[in-house]
Amino acid sequence: MSDAKKKPESIKTPLLDELTTGQWPSFVSDLKNLSKVKPQVGQLLGQLEQSYEDRWNYWQGTVLNVDGYGGGVIARYSELSERFPDIAQFHTIRIIPPSGWVYSTKSLRQLCDIWEKHSAGIMQMHGMTGDILLLGTDNKTTFDAAEELMEAGWDLGGSGAALRTLACCVGDAYCESSCFDTMGVTKYLTDRFISHLHRPELPYKFKFKLSGCANDCACSIQRSDMPVIGTWKGPMQIDQKEVGKFIKEHGVDYVVNNVITRCPTQAIQMKGSKEIAVDNGNCVRCMHCINVMHKALRPGKQRGATILIGGKRTLKIGDTMSSMIVPFIPLETKEDWEKLGDLVEKIWEFWGENGLEHERVGEFIERVGLGTFLDGVGIEPLAEMVIHPRTNPYIKFEELAPGRMGGEPRKRPSVVDKEIETFEKAE
Amino acid sequence: MSVPEQKKKAPRDNGAPDHMKNLHPLMLKNYGKWKYYEKVRTGVLKRVAESGDVLYVVRAGSPRTMSIITVRKICDIADKYCQGFLRFTSRANVEFLVGNEKDVKPLIKAVEKELGWPVGGTGASISNVLHTQGWLHCNLPGTDAAGSVKALMDMLYKDFVKEKLPQRVKISTSCCSINCGGQSDIAINVQHHHPPRIDNKGVGVCEHPKVVAICPVAAIRPSMFDGKASLEVVPEKCMYCGACHGQCPSMEIRDAKTDTLSIWIGGKAASTRKGPSFMKLAVWGLPNNAPRWPEVGEAVKTIIEVYRKGGRPYERLGEWVERIGWKRFFELTGFPFTKYHIDDFKHARTTLNTSSHVRL
Repeated sequence: MSDAKKKPESIKTPLLDELTTGQWPSFVSDLKNLSKVKPQVGQLLGQLEQSYEDRWNYWQGTVLNVDGYGGGVIARYSELSERFPDIAQFHTIRIIPPSGWVYSTKSLRQLCDIWEKHSAGIMQMHGMTGDILLLGTDNKTTFDAAEELMEAGWDLGGSGAALRTLACCVGDAYCESSCFDTMGVTKYLTDRFISHLHRPELPYKFKFKLSGCANDCACSIQRSDMPVIGTWKGPMQIDQKEVGKFIKEHGVDYVVNNVITRCPTQAIQMKGSKEIAVDNGNCVRCMHCINVMHKALRPGKQRGATILIGGKRTLKIGDTMSSMIVPFIPLETKEDWEKLGDLVEKIWEFWGENGLEHERVGEFIERVGLGTFLDGVGIEPLAEMVIHPRTNPYIKFEELAPGRMGGEPRKRPSVVDKEIETFEKAE
Repeated sequence: MSVPEQKKKAPRDNGAPDHMKNLHPLMLKNYGKWKYYEKVRTGVLKRVAESGDVLYVVRAGSPRTMSIITVRKICDIADKYCQGFLRFTSRANVEFLVGNEKDVKPLIKAVEKELGWPVGGTGASISNVLHTQGWLHCNLPGTDAAGSVKALMDMLYKDFVKEKLPQRVKISTSCCSINCGGQSDIAINVQHHHPPRIDNKGVGVCEHPKVVAICPVAAIRPSMFDGKASLEVVPEKCMYCGACHGQCPSMEIRDAKTDTLSIWIGGKAASTRKGPSFMKLAVWGLPNNAPRWPEVGEAVKTIIEVYRKGGRPYERLGEWVERIGWKRFFELTGFPFTKYHIDDFKHARTTLNTSSHVRL
């Protein structure tokens, strides 16, 4: 795009050049090659070289919004723009990828063509949240590129205190372990809540990640505010013939050491020397045995998902994994998906009304207590939600307090005075 | 209403692209009807559908940051061997989708020759390293991302192309203490060593209540500087996390001279077996030594080699350490156990040994 008017200083990058050797593919070599047609990339490497030399960063961050959007562009201004004028403004546009990061070359080429026209031509597949990251536009070309991308049917990803771009595992597209259509539900939630993704209206960011089974390829429990993880009701499917074949091939000791003793609830036992027996009522659907013996064992037929809430990294309340709120929800039909969306709305309403600024939903639950949260969103408390009941003996039993001390039946938080829909309890 | 002449705006709120239009024909036909898979070799999985259809998924490691030239090369290869369809994984690997067995070998050759990318990263291997933007494009980083990944993966290359470990090892790097790289079997994070240095002139433009509120240990309070509102930090309370720096660039937490790197191990996202776990501190005080971070590489290698020797099949790094005990881990690796390995933040007491169990 913006070819340098005067001849730019010849940029030497001895430190970065050390990253052009070795067997792993080098982003430095690739970007150097790109700099032949996009001179600003040479300047980008020049600034990066300076960072390597000084161990210091030279980007300033700010906000730049496409008309009608409250996020999706990550604006960067170089502090070294006198030396590297072509990267004085060097922004990233976040784009929502197809669920599960599947692409036709037609889609990818379209992205490349639009990006070549307007920018430095750098792509990252993908950012940590799962967006397609397109790097290298200035204050004007950002808008040109965004308009053209949106005209072609693409859309901007999330940033700031908003719903963030969703991510999911490959699911039904090629995985036999998948217990629900992760890609379909991801698209459904994205589209239903697209306004929340583009306009920051929540106390703070909110992330969904969807995994088709407990292997959790989307890392949902650690990395998202609301994990949706595939599971099943009833017995798993066992093909005892294949079990026999597996035992014959690997030996009984292998099965004992790597399957039976690894079951977290000791729900598997040998039955004779050629079969196994599974105590399905005690199976927690962890997927380990199925992973090892994936031809012999499969998830059960009545499938759905488990929903957790509140995962995030250390700040401010210490490391927080998501925790169980709905043990089982069917996700077979569009109506099932709608019910999931309705639950999301209830959670956002309660958290949105009562959460502090910059307070993730997990931090909010830590502050008000899971009991209050459940009341607020209209979910019944279930034993599956805890590892064990409380050990702390100081309890405010609302029903047992005398009336004069505030023991009247407690009013639910205002947000659930409307009709409450409870989810089907696990059988 | 008359509006000044404007370029027509594109539609807003398009939502997610239709994934079904981006699926390989065999994925579309057998959607939700897959039966099992077989490992052909490291990096190549044969996916078998209930219909009997077979799809070969060939995984290759990418540098994540790519030029459009490279992306078009990927497209050329996918057009030739994959009917024009491919996929990316959550760890920035590319998956080429091959319907015809005889195309697998030529495809691998093309990936290795034309892209120069290795095929691997499945099962009990070391897959691609998750990373963030670093000095290339972030406004907060204390170190680089893509560069340290390149250095690490050069060193761990053999474990990407061959599955020779007890179980998969996932690695991530983060460029500041916010830790966007997330939990992993092995994670490399930046560590700061003093409270933020406040730029009293610049701090005026920040929203002070927000900066005060974001501090997890309530160490920031309002103050006056030169007759104007400013902020100050109580150094005894501050734990050098840098949360305020993200909120206000005038709370500079980084220090090129003193920032170091530390290595955390045993994170696991999956609910398989015992369930997910957080990573724990293994080594601290390593130098931020661009462009190849050799000290970090050495420490990572040490951890991987003791795990390779001691881990049982299917046992993730953290599960292995839990089985043998942390005392043994520090003995085997030779890393010192120090008072800094003992937690002192929220939930710290839950990390103490409250039994009489010791390995003597």
